[in-house]
Amino acid sequence: MTAKNVKPADLRPSALPGPEDILRETLPNGITVLSRANFNSPSVFVSGYFASGSLFEPDEKLGLADFAASMLMRGTAQRDFQQIFDALESVGASLGFDSGTHTSSFSGRALAEDLPLLLELLSESLRTPAFPADHVERLRAQLLTGLAIRAQDTADMADLIFNQIVFKDHPYGRPDDGYPETIRAITREDLMDFHRRTYGPREMVVAVVGAVEPKAALERVARALGDWQNPNQEARPELPPVKSLKKTVKKHHAIAGKIQTDILIGTVGPRRKDPDYMAASLGNSVLGQFGLMGRIGDVVRERSGLAYYAYSSLSAGIGPGVWDVSAGVNPANVQKATDLIVAELRRFVEQGVTKDELSDSQANYIGRLPLSLESNVGVANALLNIERFDLGLDYYRRYADLVRAVTPDDVLAAAAKYIDPTRLAVATAGP
Amino acid sequence: MKKDFSKTTLSNGLTVFLKEIHTAPLVSSWVWYRVGSRDEASGKTGVSHWTEHMQFKGTPRFPAQALDKAVSRDGGAWNAFTYMDWTTYLETMPADKIDLGLRLEADRMANSLFDVEEVESERTVVISEREGHENEPMFRLGEAVQHAAFRVHPYHHEVIGDKADLRSMTRDDLYQHYKTYYVPNNAVMAVAGDFDSRKMLARIRELYEPIPAGPTPPRLSRAEPEQMGEVNLAVEGPGETTYLQVAYHFPPASHPDFFPLSVLDSLLAGPSNLNMFGGGISNKTSRLYRAVVEKELSVGMSGGSSATIDPFLYTFSFTIHPSRKPQETLAALDAELQRVQDEPVSEAEIARAIKQARAIFAYGSESISNQAFWMGYAEMFATYDWFLTYLDKLAAVTPADVQRVARQYYRPQNRVVGTYLPVESSQVEGRK
Repeated sequence: MTAKNVKPADLRPSALPGPEDILRETLPNGITVLSRANFNSPSVFVSGYFASGSLFEPDEKLGLADFAASMLMRGTAQRDFQQIFDALESVGASLGFDSGTHTSSFSGRALAEDLPLLLELLSESLRTPAFPADHVERLRAQLLTGLAIRAQDTADMADLIFNQIVFKDHPYGRPDDGYPETIRAITREDLMDFHRRTYGPREMVVAVVGAVEPKAALERVARALGDWQNPNQEARPELPPVKSLKKTVKKHHAIAGKIQTDILIGTVGPRRKDPDYMAASLGNSVLGQFGLMGRIGDVVRERSGLAYYAYSSLSAGIGPGVWDVSAGVNPANVQKATDLIVAELRRFVEQGVTKDELSDSQANYIGRLPLSLESNVGVANALLNIERFDLGLDYYRRYADLVRAVTPDDVLAAAAKYIDPTRLAVATAGP
Repeated sequence: MKKDFSKTTLSNGLTVFLKEIHTAPLVSSWVWYRVGSRDEASGKTGVSHWTEHMQFKGTPRFPAQALDKAVSRDGGAWNAFTYMDWTTYLETMPADKIDLGLRLEADRMANSLFDVEEVESERTVVISEREGHENEPMFRLGEAVQHAAFRVHPYHHEVIGDKADLRSMTRDDLYQHYKTYYVPNNAVMAVAGDFDSRKMLARIRELYEPIPAGPTPPRLSRAEPEQMGEVNLAVEGPGETTYLQVAYHFPPASHPDFFPLSVLDSLLAGPSNLNMFGGGISNKTSRLYRAVVEKELSVGMSGGSSATIDPFLYTFSFTIHPSRKPQETLAALDAELQRVQDEPVSEAEIARAIKQARAIFAYGSESISNQAFWMGYAEMFATYDWFLTYLDKLAAVTPADVQRVARQYYRPQNRVVGTYLPVESSQVEGRK
């Protein structure tokens, strides 16, 4: 027997967020609040970002932004570490911070009844972290262990040296989690100074999605963070231009005792706001995403059986991202897999994609949108995406048209603009 | 609790769960088979997982590449998972496109080709998947611990299988496995989302009822004898970091002790997240985090069990502090276990564990895929009712129950202690 579910159309939120159901308001101190209701589950998700990140770090203190963000919940003027996490974990809530390059981010979830607590802890952590000395050392040991584990991770190390090649002499070439010697060099004073200089409400964004009315969410955020001021908040550093490679650069990082080698092959891609971003993104889908990892998956996995994973990805942000192909292969097959991948890149750049391939990926982009917006996390990510890249509150309503407007010629032009098969970075890490 | 789902058994034995959820224009459809790595005899380890891979290699109606393309074109997400007790296939698609998922799942329940060339190509793909795991110290350690804990029961090997068997199995081994276990009377279908149950059931009957039932597949069941004393082992490998795993034999999910042990899990290691989709919470106020991470014996810790048909393991995992010895963490673990054995936990601690579980279930309920997941998953090791009454069963736990199970299960004689010891490597960190 099936219980009859009533299906009141007006209670069902429109599948796609748009101007009439997204609240967006900027508080007098510069914090932008975005909110959208979802009463389908009694939970609420809060996430956002603020204008502090690894761009503010000097070379000899790499990892400072990450260290500072990881210290925020280790004790505040109001509570110690155990009190902070006791408040959260006792009600099944969570909150965490993560540093990035341009901005650092936070996210947390709770039952809707505990939203005030979540925002209070967010505010405390951001505004009054105490940087307790014992926790600085405890965390340092944890970070150093993390770096020791990174040094053993073939995918992480391939990624690290790939970025060193494509972003040579550029801040993007530096790992956000630093190196052991830079983590050892960071003092408690450095952390407090970094917090004073770079944390503040200007350019901060908070998204609240879930079982709360957007107006009530705005009020809650304003109550928690509306009176935050930091006259010392520094302006974001200018980003130097990226120098393109003169020829293909190959680098191998040896890690003894490993069974598999990770390969990364690629180059610098577009910025998210570049007009050809959508063409590049759809092209990337054909190249190494669509179906079972696109053309790359077809050639490297399906036809050659060389790898469990072989795909391409395009990461575009405030500045230029990377456009690269990843594969994990047996060390004996590195050359073979590399040759196959470079040949696919050449075909992609010379011939682009067919109309059918493009329309497959276009249908995929449009069709998968409701699934990506199903959960509170998905909607919050969408709201932050809109804000970070000035996409407009109606972006997801216009999205299908934007996707459909891309032609095979647009893809070919984007491919040729960004990828030169004779000037690639080829990074490998393995035995 | 108002019943908001239906359960139907078709004439060929296929069990169908349906749950209407009209919050988003999506439908998630899962087909679960009662077969996994615990059904694999020596020489055939990994056959369930490899068979799952072959299910993406086409039927006469949907050739290999056509499947991926068809689902992706419609904006669907699809995937498959093989575990010890089960194998599952899912499609989550826009509601008006789910028919494709229903059709292809019915088709590959009976008509997969297992083309011999595709089998060979997939052999190296699966070996590559295993080699990727072998790069991870925790995989190497976990595999050794699991193997040491199960001498008799087929839970002794990893789902991915042993390389010797991955190299030697044939197309016929795989096909025989497929034909034996992929029958409707060995499957549970779970569909949740934006549909009309009456119409959905009619369509499922139309597509699945023509598939003939098969003989009831056998299940390997070789009970593991009681462990007669603590087992210690070490795995050596590259790196600088020492890891410790301590695994206790643990009751199956359907056992009443599973619930007081779940409360204990929350207290000791932070609540495990049983959802496949949906966030969990941190464990920084758990007793063990405070005892080993706050005391700087380890830099990280976690603990958790699996919901299984037969007794499996509860495993504590620790990443040892670079200047400490794993024995110190083990001693701290023992002291904390002694404490829960000696002193009853408070009612307030139990209430806290229940609130944590309630929150985690709420996060999971945001996802239609996760709601469909539970209907099938719970049936694989117990019944869907196990999930529906989970919070009630936690609420019935008393401090005395917790103390009793702490004494019964967390005994040194009942555990395997495994240590990953890094061996010296001359490699240095990449420098800027």
